[in-house]
Amino acid sequence: MALIHAARSRVSAFSGGKASMPYVLLAPGLIFLFTFFILPIANLAQTSTQTPIAGGDTGEYEQTFHFANYVNAFLDNKEQFGRSFLYATLATVLALAIAYPLAYAIALKSGKFKNFLLVLVVAPFFTSFLLRTIAWKQILGEGGFVVPTLRGLHIIGEQTSLTASAVAVVAGMTYNFLPFMTLPLYASLERIDPRTLEASGDLYANGITTFRKVTLPLSMPGVVAGTLLTFIPAAGDYVNAAILGNPNTKMIGNVIDSSFFKIVDYPTAAALSFTLMIAILILVTIYIRKSGTDELV
Amino acid sequence: MAKKDSLSPETQSLIKTAISRRGLIAGVGAVGAAGALAACGSGGSGDSASGASDTVRWANWTLYLDVDASGKVYPSIEEFTQQTGIKVDYREDINDNDEFYGKVQGQLKLGKDIGYDIVTPTDWMAARWIRLGYTKEFDTANIPNAVNVLDSLADVSFDPGRARSLPYQGIMAGLGWNTAKVPKGLHTLDDLFAPANKGKITVLSELRDTMGIIMLYQGVDITNFNEAQYMNAVDFLAKKISDGWIRGVKGNEYKEDLISGDATAVIGWSGDMFQLALENEGKFDFAIPDSGGTFSNDNFLIPSVAPAESKANAEKLINYYYEPAVAAQVAAYVNYVTPVKGAQAEMEKIDPTLAKSEYIFPSEATQSRLKVFRALTPAEETSFTTAFQKAAGN
Repeated sequence: MALIHAARSRVSAFSGGKASMPYVLLAPGLIFLFTFFILPIANLAQTSTQTPIAGGDTGEYEQTFHFANYVNAFLDNKEQFGRSFLYATLATVLALAIAYPLAYAIALKSGKFKNFLLVLVVAPFFTSFLLRTIAWKQILGEGGFVVPTLRGLHIIGEQTSLTASAVAVVAGMTYNFLPFMTLPLYASLERIDPRTLEASGDLYANGITTFRKVTLPLSMPGVVAGTLLTFIPAAGDYVNAAILGNPNTKMIGNVIDSSFFKIVDYPTAAALSFTLMIAILILVTIYIRKSGTDELV
Repeated sequence: MAKKDSLSPETQSLIKTAISRRGLIAGVGAVGAAGALAACGSGGSGDSASGASDTVRWANWTLYLDVDASGKVYPSIEEFTQQTGIKVDYREDINDNDEFYGKVQGQLKLGKDIGYDIVTPTDWMAARWIRLGYTKEFDTANIPNAVNVLDSLADVSFDPGRARSLPYQGIMAGLGWNTAKVPKGLHTLDDLFAPANKGKITVLSELRDTMGIIMLYQGVDITNFNEAQYMNAVDFLAKKISDGWIRGVKGNEYKEDLISGDATAVIGWSGDMFQLALENEGKFDFAIPDSGGTFSNDNFLIPSVAPAESKANAEKLINYYYEPAVAAQVAAYVNYVTPVKGAQAEMEKIDPTLAKSEYIFPSEATQSRLKVFRALTPAEETSFTTAFQKAAGN
């Protein structure tokens, strides 16, 4: 009896409290976001304005609301900030140039190989990001086949090395983020109704005009999503610069890493993280406004 | 090898403040990272397993223990397990002192297990652990072999009477090179920065070794110097880096660059270079620069957060590595300076040539060419490391 009663009351609680239902369903997500996003962000903000305790040991800081940390952290590392955005932009543009034809071919021209080609695009994810980057270090290194071949063809000199260079860092980032560019592009190209292309042809547009006036505008959401998914992680990336770069190609991620782990200067690391986050947010907002794709998500 | 550390021996008490929200969150990341590492381990690494009294977890540097040809079996550890029944979960998890400290310090502060019962940081970092109360005092009854420590190392300013630390290996930092690419070898920093090596040089991310060698080259006494002299040496390094001479400022992974041929000349560690030479048929060599090299020790420590049950196991392991025969066995492989008395006599039995090696048993003359970087105050540590990292592009 008691059980039945309890069950009934639960049913009525559910049916009666329909208004609260969305909140109940949202709760896991909200709790997750609060614990793993809001709290760490608050902690980061709190840390970013601390200063060392006078006479304290390495790594001991106290809250003094020292907002000058932001100015100092930025001014001391503006070179790496600039480099991060430059490399991220280059990697994004390169990835777009490679991914667009690839996605176009898979979506519109691949026929029965479509699924197979898609698997190939995603396949690199089956191995660790780190391992793949280290593999590139081997391939482009003195022990790999690329350097001796290029030297044999007199394309590069005896002293030139492909690793530990800006080229290697940008190439590594382009490679690592390529699937993030390809998949959204594929999704939006695949959705294009073939009849719009036929209609364009019927109206005497040639291939180039059809692409410029129909395909490209219709694939813009994919372009915007792909560039964002590439640019944002690329700007904060430090793995490629650490493994494929040299001391003169360090990015802001490397500075944050060394401030945190090597110098044990948590306030600077926190201030830099915040500055990077805000800079990316501003750039992305401007970009989305300019590209006018509100139906992005 | 006299220690010149002038650190205050006072041990700061462990920060016992209640777990603040900030502390908790700072810890979460570190715990997560360590948890991920632990998950990668091959069993016996879970929290429950760590409590078992038959395991000891040891975090060490890479290429720092005798290993067989397969690279998976450590003969001295096997022997220890046979003798005592204690299993050793051995991990080459230390690549760089700062990096390792950065990974575990959140948990140390919170008093949470860091996943290791023995760690082996370098002198200055061991000093920091001891100063902050992050180590356990040894139970001397479990380490009778501690009397075998070399007289010159028996007492250090950061740990009077060696109550909480014992040296594991002594490290010389100097110049290393690829004998095929640098046939004449390296004797000075001018040789290192010769045009043929441009862009193929790596230096150590260990500030005291790289900066120490540069300062010695500039004629500065590294046991007693001022900030201006240090910053002057940093400028030298920064110039070499911005001019493209140096391809990397690295921890232990500089060895990979040497093996692959990407680096041909390095500021590196003695034992590494001899092991590489051994494994690659004399392709590499090492020398202390004419202007002098640096010397330091890595030290056995038992973290304050190690479970009580594993402490005795850790002590037994330390005791085992202080047996002269075992110390000789390890030294014969790692080629670092052994801190154990009687190891030289034992080495005669293993390999008489090695018993005469200046790099395992340095003579007075060799020792006089090695200097110990002076201790830095916490404030100096921060500003000097910042300047060094900045030069390294960070």
